[in-house]
Amino acid sequence: MNLAVETFDLNRTFKLKKAKNKKENGNNDGKLIALEDANIKIHQGELFGLLGPNGAGKTTLIKILATLLLPTSGRALVDGIDVVKHPERVRKQINMVSGGEHCGYGILTVRETLWMFSQFYGIPNKVALRRTDELLKILKMEEFARTKIGKLSTGLRQKLNFMRGFVCDPKIMFLDEPTLGLDVQIARDVRAYIRTWMKKDLERTVLLTTHYMAEADELCDRVAIIDTGKVLVCDSPQNLKKSLAGEAVFRIEVPLDVNGMEKFGQIAGVKQFAYDHKSHLGRTELKFILEEESAISNVTESLSGNGSKIISLSKMEPSLEDVFLALVGRGLKDEN
Amino acid sequence: MKTDLRTNIKAIIARAYVRVVGANREPSWWLTETLLPIMSTAAYVFVYKALKAPEEYVGFVILGGTMSSYWIFVLWTMAAQFYWEKEIGNLEIYMIAPISRMSLLLGMASGGLFLATTRAVFIFLAGALIFKVNFAIISLPKLFAVFVLTLTGLYGMGMLFSSLFMLYGREAWHGVTLLQEPVHLMSGFFFPVRNLGFFVALGASLIPMTLGLDAMRQLAFEAGPKSGFINVNVELGALVVLCILFLWVSKHALEYMEKLGKRDGRLTLRWQ
Repeated sequence: MNLAVETFDLNRTFKLKKAKNKKENGNNDGKLIALEDANIKIHQGELFGLLGPNGAGKTTLIKILATLLLPTSGRALVDGIDVVKHPERVRKQINMVSGGEHCGYGILTVRETLWMFSQFYGIPNKVALRRTDELLKILKMEEFARTKIGKLSTGLRQKLNFMRGFVCDPKIMFLDEPTLGLDVQIARDVRAYIRTWMKKDLERTVLLTTHYMAEADELCDRVAIIDTGKVLVCDSPQNLKKSLAGEAVFRIEVPLDVNGMEKFGQIAGVKQFAYDHKSHLGRTELKFILEEESAISNVTESLSGNGSKIISLSKMEPSLEDVFLALVGRGLKDEN
Repeated sequence: MKTDLRTNIKAIIARAYVRVVGANREPSWWLTETLLPIMSTAAYVFVYKALKAPEEYVGFVILGGTMSSYWIFVLWTMAAQFYWEKEIGNLEIYMIAPISRMSLLLGMASGGLFLATTRAVFIFLAGALIFKVNFAIISLPKLFAVFVLTLTGLYGMGMLFSSLFMLYGREAWHGVTLLQEPVHLMSGFFFPVRNLGFFVALGASLIPMTLGLDAMRQLAFEAGPKSGFINVNVELGALVVLCILFLWVSKHALEYMEKLGKRDGRLTLRWQ
């Protein structure tokens, strides 16, 4: 099978201001490693997910592949073309949409904006306008076709940016957190469109970065989990979840004011532990990956001994988030 | 190759479209681009009249005011365009498009030319009529050639500046702010540049506007040749050289700055 994207020991470091580096990274060597020996292979026709928390290196990788950033070392091929040596050839095959971003000029209408961006790819007017109308219909934006984008809501402007990427009908699409900040309905429309678009042409490829594990689970054929610039694992969501089959995943809700949570990871039988404060609900959600189910008694005893009231306890099917927790030793939402 | 050329032409048209349509949808620009600019030009005319300067100086001022429309446009709209695009999030999209950066700038320039020309024409017509300027055109083809070459050179210069803006953003902004007024003085917008002395005028001739204005004064006014810096034909030749030079340098500067931006990770970094 042909490869749409292939990277070989890809590295990217950024020079940092010394003071900032010292404070944030505890060292003073003036460098931040954004990507370290990244090796990925994405097949043509694949919807590939790159998962990781903020700052994991997802956007750095996508920017290198999209010819916006040079790697410090290593090599990257997009559609078999070297992104450093022949960026102009790569650009003909790709497009990129960054979530949370807008595009265009407030003075133009939605339809004009999509037409304008299509022209940068040499698309004939008739084709561009037909695609524009199709996109507007599928993504439920028809009523805004003649609205100036300066008058659109933030969510609709993001949706327009998403459409902007697809109006050019690239062979390989890079989607960097495409549903970031979108409301539930718009995010659902966007996800549905990605799948529809892929199905229409089996040669189309999508590289999607996200820190929403459920999104990756729903959409992706394969995913790579990335953290602190390193690709930790790469497989289908099903296989990754199966890797936790022998382990038990429990979710326990406790009040917000529980102390000594750092010790929970040391309870006998606990393989990994993470927590998420849900201040708006007045609760903290604890997640335990246990070596075996029976170890849950150790956990409940420890919580009781700690004076914590258990609000709810449930056993869960492993999710990609649990895979991340098992691999990295912390949850996606943990700060450290 | 043919496809690339077609794509670039489409990009130029599409980018120019924004400026032209934008102008039509915001009619307030008629006021800011016509009535207001004539006031600053008129101020110089009144100063000269108060000082009882030779009558031809009024014509020089109107010509300078007309051409300053293009200078302001090149400096603040064209050169700074990539900076604005970066701030509003479009630069990243432009940079991954399979088109030349010069096509984008040319598109912006073509669209902007409409606004700058409206401003220039208004200053020229209103100034010439109100202050009764006497023109004595020696050679219309030459005058036209000088005008076109001056604009081409200026736009080449604008592209060069835009490469600086693309990478340095706000820092480049300060640099251009520093350039605006000295260039107004050195290029002789409102007086013959010869008055600054040969060597200052020679140095200022690196800016296409200096030679362009001097040649236009010589070709459009009776007293022009007397106050000219150097021979018009030499100025025409020098303008051709400057056009080629600026376009060539700006092409390479854009490529170099893009490479530097990609290496340092500053190409799409905002708020810098």
